[in-house]
Amino acid sequence: MNEPRDPDVDLHVPAQRREWSRGQLTLVATVALGGGVGATARYGASLLWPTAPDSFPWTTLAVNAVGCAVIGVFMVVITDVWAAHRLVRPFFGTGVLGGFTTFSTYAVDIQQLVVHGRAAAGLAYMAATVCVALASVWAAAAATRRLVDGRQR
Amino acid sequence: MNWVLVIAGAMVGAPLRYLTDRAVQRRHDSVFPWGTFTVNVVGCLTLGAVTGVASPHVQLLLGTGLCGALTTYSTFSYETLRLAEDGAGFFAAANAVASAVAGLAAAFAGAAVAQAL
Repeated sequence: MNEPRDPDVDLHVPAQRREWSRGQLTLVATVALGGGVGATARYGASLLWPTAPDSFPWTTLAVNAVGCAVIGVFMVVITDVWAAHRLVRPFFGTGVLGGFTTFSTYAVDIQQLVVHGRAAAGLAYMAATVCVALASVWAAAAATRRLVDGRQR
Repeated sequence: MNWVLVIAGAMVGAPLRYLTDRAVQRRHDSVFPWGTFTVNVVGCLTLGAVTGVASPHVQLLLGTGLCGALTTYSTFSYETLRLAEDGAGFFAAANAVASAVAGLAAAFAGAAVAQAL
C-alpha cells in the first residue's frame, strides 16, 4: 500500500511536507475553493432532500457514504495511476470531499434525535453511518486497486 | 444570500482543517490520526452550540459552512481504513469508536453551553 495515511495532509510523504513552502497562499486558497464547492454540493443536497430534526437523517448519511466512496477511488488513482499536479489532492481530497462530507452534522443529528425522544433511532443512525462509511471507502478502494492492478499487468 | 453564507463559512473551515492537521502532525508524530480527530470534535462542539440557538443566517455561516467543512467524514473513514490495512486494527477500531463517542459528547456539551449562556 503506497497511499498516504491521511488524505488531507500526510507529513510522512516528503512531497506533502514540502508543499507548504512552495506557496502557502496558493495552497490555502486551493483548499478553500475546494471546500466551498464541496459544501455547496452538500447544502444543495440538504435543500433537495430535506429531513426534519426528529426524522432519520438519510440525506447526511447518503452524502457521507458517497464522499467516502469517492475518496477511496481518488486516493488510489492519484497515488498509483495519475501523476497529478501538486494542487489536485489539496483541492479535491482536502477541499471538495472534506467540505462535502461532514462529521459535525452527523454528531448533532444524533444529539437532535436523542433530544426529540428518539434515542433508539439516534443510536441506529450513529452505528449505521460508521458502518456504511467504512464499507464504502473499503469497497471503493479495493475495487479501484483491483482495476489498476489488472491494467498494469 | 444563503448560498454565499455557506460558501464563505466553508472557505474558512476547509483550510482550517488542513492547517490544524498539519500543525498537529508537526508536533505529534503518532499512528493515531489526532489531527482529524481534533477538527472533528471541535466542529461538533461548535455546531452543537450553534444549532437551535443562533439565527438562521449564523447557522448557515458557522454551522453548515464552517463546521461542515472543518469536519470531515471522508478523511476520517479513509484514515480508519488505512490503519486497519497497516495492521493497526486496534487503532482503527479505537478511532472509529472514539471519534463517534467524542463527537456526540461534544455536540451535547456545545448545546449545554449554549443553553447556559
